[in-house]
Amino acid sequence: MLPLLQGLFNGVSIGSVLLIAALGLAIVFGLMGVINLAHGELMMLGAYSTFVVQNGFKILGEPWSSIYIFAALPVAFIVAALVGLALERGAIRFLYGRPLETLLATWGVSLILRQFVRSANWPLLAGLSLLVVLFFGAWVILTRVLSPEQWRSRRLVLLLTNLGVSLGLAITTAALLWQTLPDDWVRPWFGPRNVDVTAPAWLRGGIPIGTFQLPYARIFIIVLTVLCLVGMYWFLNASSWGLRIRAVTQNRDMSACLGIDTGRVDALTFALGSGLAGVAGVAIALLGSVGPNTGQNYIVDTFMVVVVGGVGNLLGTIIAALVIGSFTFIIGSGAIALLLSNAEAPAALVEFFNFFATTSMAKVMVFAAIIAFLQFRPAGIFPPKGRTAEL
Amino acid sequence: MSSEVISRHQQQKRDRLLRGSLELGIIVAIVLVLMLVMPASLPAFRLKLLGRFLSLAIVAVGIDLIWGYTGLLSLGHGIFFALGGYAFAMYLKLNGPEAPLPEFFTLYGVDQLPWFWQPFKSFGFTMLAIPIIPALVASVLGYLVFRNRIRGVYFSILTQAALIVFFNFFNGQQELINGTNGLKTDTDLIFGQVVSSEAAQLAFFETTVALLLAAYLLCRWLTSGRFGKLLVAIRDDENRVRFTGYNPTGYKVFVFAISGAIAGIAGALYTVQSGIITPSIMEVAFSIEMVIWVAVGGRGTLVGAILGALLVNQARTMLSEQFPEVWLFFQGLLFLLVVTVLPDGVLGGFRRLVTWGRSRFASPSLVTYPAVEANPEIQHEREEINQ
Repeated sequence: MLPLLQGLFNGVSIGSVLLIAALGLAIVFGLMGVINLAHGELMMLGAYSTFVVQNGFKILGEPWSSIYIFAALPVAFIVAALVGLALERGAIRFLYGRPLETLLATWGVSLILRQFVRSANWPLLAGLSLLVVLFFGAWVILTRVLSPEQWRSRRLVLLLTNLGVSLGLAITTAALLWQTLPDDWVRPWFGPRNVDVTAPAWLRGGIPIGTFQLPYARIFIIVLTVLCLVGMYWFLNASSWGLRIRAVTQNRDMSACLGIDTGRVDALTFALGSGLAGVAGVAIALLGSVGPNTGQNYIVDTFMVVVVGGVGNLLGTIIAALVIGSFTFIIGSGAIALLLSNAEAPAALVEFFNFFATTSMAKVMVFAAIIAFLQFRPAGIFPPKGRTAEL
Repeated sequence: MSSEVISRHQQQKRDRLLRGSLELGIIVAIVLVLMLVMPASLPAFRLKLLGRFLSLAIVAVGIDLIWGYTGLLSLGHGIFFALGGYAFAMYLKLNGPEAPLPEFFTLYGVDQLPWFWQPFKSFGFTMLAIPIIPALVASVLGYLVFRNRIRGVYFSILTQAALIVFFNFFNGQQELINGTNGLKTDTDLIFGQVVSSEAAQLAFFETTVALLLAAYLLCRWLTSGRFGKLLVAIRDDENRVRFTGYNPTGYKVFVFAISGAIAGIAGALYTVQSGIITPSIMEVAFSIEMVIWVAVGGRGTLVGAILGALLVNQARTMLSEQFPEVWLFFQGLLFLLVVTVLPDGVLGGFRRLVTWGRSRFASPSLVTYPAVEANPEIQHEREEINQ
């Protein structure tokens, strides 16, 4: 009984990280039909924000350094949400109705974010801010100064020139700063190596049950997930913005006709989804060390949760995340093989499950199960109801 | 009247013939330059690099067939590429100095050749397996997905998940295929020649050029006729194709399998020209990069796919040799810019430039619906509205 309970607990706690991450992705996918390949990198940014907040609170001293996690949560949320907002306003909104291209654009963003974390330092930040200020400043000024017709006919040329000039200036500034500033200012903040977030003292250890412990960190993550879920449920079902989001998800054109600003709904939802990725980042920072590629370990599982859960239904996402999480853990830890060999099952069967009893091989089996599941439920656990021919 | 029609018909026929022979001439010229001039003028190292790029261009042609023409964005072509590569590497291992049992097996205490290695002793089987195994994997995966009308982004992320699954499998199975370390082919023999020797590499280079031409011609043939029209129709409006009475599933599975086979061949050529195949060829990033080659060159133009693969890879070697840090930034920007600013790639941009130039410097003569402009009734109505 005890091993089963332990497996279930671990599965649920793995599933709950997946769940926070997939929640944002699923809402955005339901609303805009867009899969954000940079979602993992937003989680990574959340994890790095936790690292920064932890170091900031360490300077403040003892009473503060044990509660840094409560400050890290909003900081991570805001950082990831702002980056997500910039991503939506800067790229995705131009690609509306072209989901495959959006996939590629967000992959580009994810590459940039990964390299940014590796080589982030003050000159780079200065160059980047200069680029943003120059490019968007010139854009705003150009649209004000020129008449709409002039702007439309020369948009491409103007924007490319603008980008070229801003990039040139920004790169020169960054390079100049790089050479003139003292070494302390040029050193990368994080570097390519992993950084460690140490959980505060009260999150270490766990509740002992027999020979096995329920770690506090994992309980904390489960509680966090439940809070996120409740918050999300309340926001979608009780607030006026939630109502608008649900309306646009159901029928975008009709909502636009009724006066809902769909552009703002898109931006808000994307920011919200990204913010949830940031919160998921805090959770993964508690589980282990974080590096520039941390996000990559989670995204594919997260996508599978969205595929299995179906679109526009929180319950589907919850079930999918928990099932995939526990399934991966139970197969990967070899619990089934152990159970079967105890029950004196045929040796071939035990051998078969032993073959898949590592974390990476468990993914092979889970994928096969997902493909099999999609054979009779191609649109997920709870397919959207409606009369459209499209999925 | 009828003689005019006939002469116009003949004119069109002559035009088509002219254009066809011009295209043929250009292709022959490029192939001759690649096959004869390049080996004579480039140092061995650069030639090997070019051969690698050309084999990557073969994958790009296959991806263009399914993405540019059929609208299926596969993020998992690394699977097929690696399967082809592993098939060839296994043949080389079994016929090289390490035969009959490749050395790495002894490290993991395996003293008997696993069953699935057995058939790769035969050259004929391997040559068949290089395209057919990837094609089979692609058609099984494609059938299971397309049968349920799963498409668009769903298909893309499922292929990506499949890629990770294959990566994990190859990475984890140390005692079957040497796991992370992969298979080295440099010291193996092919027809009595060492694989890394200059003569063998030259032969591989020429084969690569020939097979690139073959892949191009195959895709050209597939996309030019009725079949090609159907592919484009599936891309643009699959429901309408379905309502017209076609079942798109079979067609989609077929092109996906063809594309997989092409990627398998490319993988085999790439493996022998880089001297090793490891599971890292199935990393997520590499497979998405393949897609961007096609996007940079121009989707839906096979020449664009080849061009894009060569351009991006050349840029990659140049940039990452000098500033390794900048490459990822550059690649990320490339993804963003190509998608937002240049959706038709370099070729599309070039074409737009040409038509823009024409409209600037030549008489503007493009009228889309001449009948509407000439219709007196419509003219009359317009005047009434304007009053």
